[in-house]
Amino acid sequence: MAETEITYRDALRQALQDAMRADDTVVVIGEEVGAYGGAYGVTRDLITEFGAGRLIDTPISEPAIVGVAVGAAMTGLRPVAELMYVDFLGLVMDQLANQAAKIRYMFGGQIGVPMVLRTQGGTGRSAGAQHSQSLEGWIMHTPGLRLAMPATAADAYHLLRHSLTLPDPVVFIEHKSLYTRKERVDLDAEPTPWGKAVVRRQGNDLTLVTYSRMVHVALAAAEQLAKQDISVELIDLRTLNPLDMATVIASVERTGRAVVVSEGPLTGGVASELAARIGEECFDYLQAPVIRLAGEDIPIPVSPDLESASIPTAALIVATVRRMLRR
Amino acid sequence: MTPPDATPGPARANTRLPELYRTMRRIRTFEERVAELYARGLSAGSMLHLSIGEEGAAAGVAAAMRPEDSFTTHHRGHGIFLARGADPARMMAEIGGKEAGYCRGKGGSMHIADMALGHLGANAIVGGGIPHVVGAGLSYKRLGTDAISVAFFGDGAMQQGLLYESMNMAALWDLPVLFVCINNQYGMGTRIDRATRSIEFDRRAEAFGLAAAMVDGEDVEAVHRTAQALADGARGGKPGFMAISCFRFFGHGRMDKSPYRTAEEEATGRKRDPVSRARDALLSQGLNDAAALDALDAGIAREMDATIDFTAAADAPAGASMFRDVFGPGEPEPEPLQSRLDRILADA
Ligand SMILES: Cc1ncc(C[n+]2csc(CCOP(=O)(O)OP(=O)(O)O)c2C)c(N)n1
Ligand SMILES: [Mg+2]
Repeated sequence: MAETEITYRDALRQALQDAMRADDTVVVIGEEVGAYGGAYGVTRDLITEFGAGRLIDTPISEPAIVGVAVGAAMTGLRPVAELMYVDFLGLVMDQLANQAAKIRYMFGGQIGVPMVLRTQGGTGRSAGAQHSQSLEGWIMHTPGLRLAMPATAADAYHLLRHSLTLPDPVVFIEHKSLYTRKERVDLDAEPTPWGKAVVRRQGNDLTLVTYSRMVHVALAAAEQLAKQDISVELIDLRTLNPLDMATVIASVERTGRAVVVSEGPLTGGVASELAARIGEECFDYLQAPVIRLAGEDIPIPVSPDLESASIPTAALIVATVRRMLRR
Repeated sequence: MTPPDATPGPARANTRLPELYRTMRRIRTFEERVAELYARGLSAGSMLHLSIGEEGAAAGVAAAMRPEDSFTTHHRGHGIFLARGADPARMMAEIGGKEAGYCRGKGGSMHIADMALGHLGANAIVGGGIPHVVGAGLSYKRLGTDAISVAFFGDGAMQQGLLYESMNMAALWDLPVLFVCINNQYGMGTRIDRATRSIEFDRRAEAFGLAAAMVDGEDVEAVHRTAQALADGARGGKPGFMAISCFRFFGHGRMDKSPYRTAEEEATGRKRDPVSRARDALLSQGLNDAAALDALDAGIAREMDATIDFTAAADAPAGASMFRDVFGPGEPEPEPLQSRLDRILADA
């Protein structure tokens, strides 16, 4: 078994490198993706192998970066556009939501937009209200966009590789606090399937449903709960579109209780959507209300104390689960 | 700057005026039939933007393009698409929201597209389609083809930031791209002098390093010459920009009765008519006689009449097609609301 230790960041770089070797039409377009190596280092050194013609540095023009990727994707390239921070979605939302997401449908299925928009989000670096958000809800709310949010290096690798084979636009949101996370990866293991959630931990008392960095927070909570003889099942969704509700439903029907955990703001967000679906689909099995643990409905504050208190913690998950089980 | 059209026109024997006239007449007549389609209640909605008065721009630029070239248009793009070879019946059917239309009735007037003719899409977002041609230019350069990509947009988009991001990238990367502004003097009810202090649009493009020109859209041959020079440059990796001045003869959309401009202004504006000017030129230069042109026009009228009959008789898209093509072939379709309800409330 070929095991190796790799960071989330290096797994992403490896995915880009392998995809670019396998497919000449893959190009990376974005700010500082070339010689600088990407603001978070994901494209470091790729320019040495692939040159400036495929690691295309752009001016600071986010709407055009995405718009150019749309046009390139329609005419024979497979662009990976990089948006330095998901917080800049506000600038590109027209090209993403009104153009990329709708072109196949509006044009009656004539053509798709096979592009990947790589970006990163989330808290953890005191980057403040304009550089720390979790805006996946905006994407999930838009028909026509795929959405991947890997929690592990292995998933980061395989989901990015898979994204670069899909016929439709994929928004690929990395978590800025995961880049340096190291993980032992089995290189011979089965690739992560696209659109399938994974049960990260099996349990019987309650189902935790989450994705991205919150997977690790929830895992820590599950371990603490296990010491208190509470057995929770933990589901990592991995992709939010497609959304693998079958795995979630099967689990909740067995445990009868569900907590959804998301770093994004509570109201109108991913956690709310998941809770609503579980409520509709599993009503007859539920022994308690589906609880949403999500980001507070506030801009993200800079102070590390406030920042970390503004999103769900392992302690909060533990306390919430115990209250739900009256233990 | 020296406008490319300062050079004398081609020898009369080689003139493309007859062909340009025919294209313009077809556009004019098609747009008149679009108005009729709406009046007869056969159109999908009223957001129909006629390009009457702008035929010189569409015909002149389109004639400078090659079959392999691609383009995007703004919401007033019927004429451009027609000039690039569209089948007017399928266009009309799309405008009527019918399955036989170019986009199976899902795009309509403002989102019509056809990959076979290089139409990467009309756009209902002002400026929305402009960066797509830069992306296409990037593809053509990288894939080593000879094609260029042309963005058509209105004077309204001249005040959109995305245009300048796009021009900058096209120039920076030496892309085979042409930006074409059809300045019909109005963005909805706002005349251009109420939208900007500077209408020397070519200077804006030159500032980004593009080859740029301004041309009178009433003179279709001048438009064609200018477009040809700029398209040739773009094909060689020097992106271009041209602003074509014309007058929007009618309201913005079908509901607009133009309360923001006077009857005199409209009467004066409508004298800037590229179609009648070309007709006069054909007659005065002895290239056609009146009877021949009348016969041509009559044939076009019959062709365009038939597009309405075709649309009226065409089928609406089947209901189930609503869920089709959200994602690519083979991908599961979104679950319809009704089937979700039936599943969740199965016992109720
Ligand atoms: C981003 C955006 N803003 C506003 C509108 C509403 N709108 C539609 S057409 C139009 C005027 C556009 O003027 P111009 O670009 O000159 O094109 P024209 O209609 O004259 O052909 C406006 C404001 C829109 N569709 N998109
Ligand atoms: Mg206008």
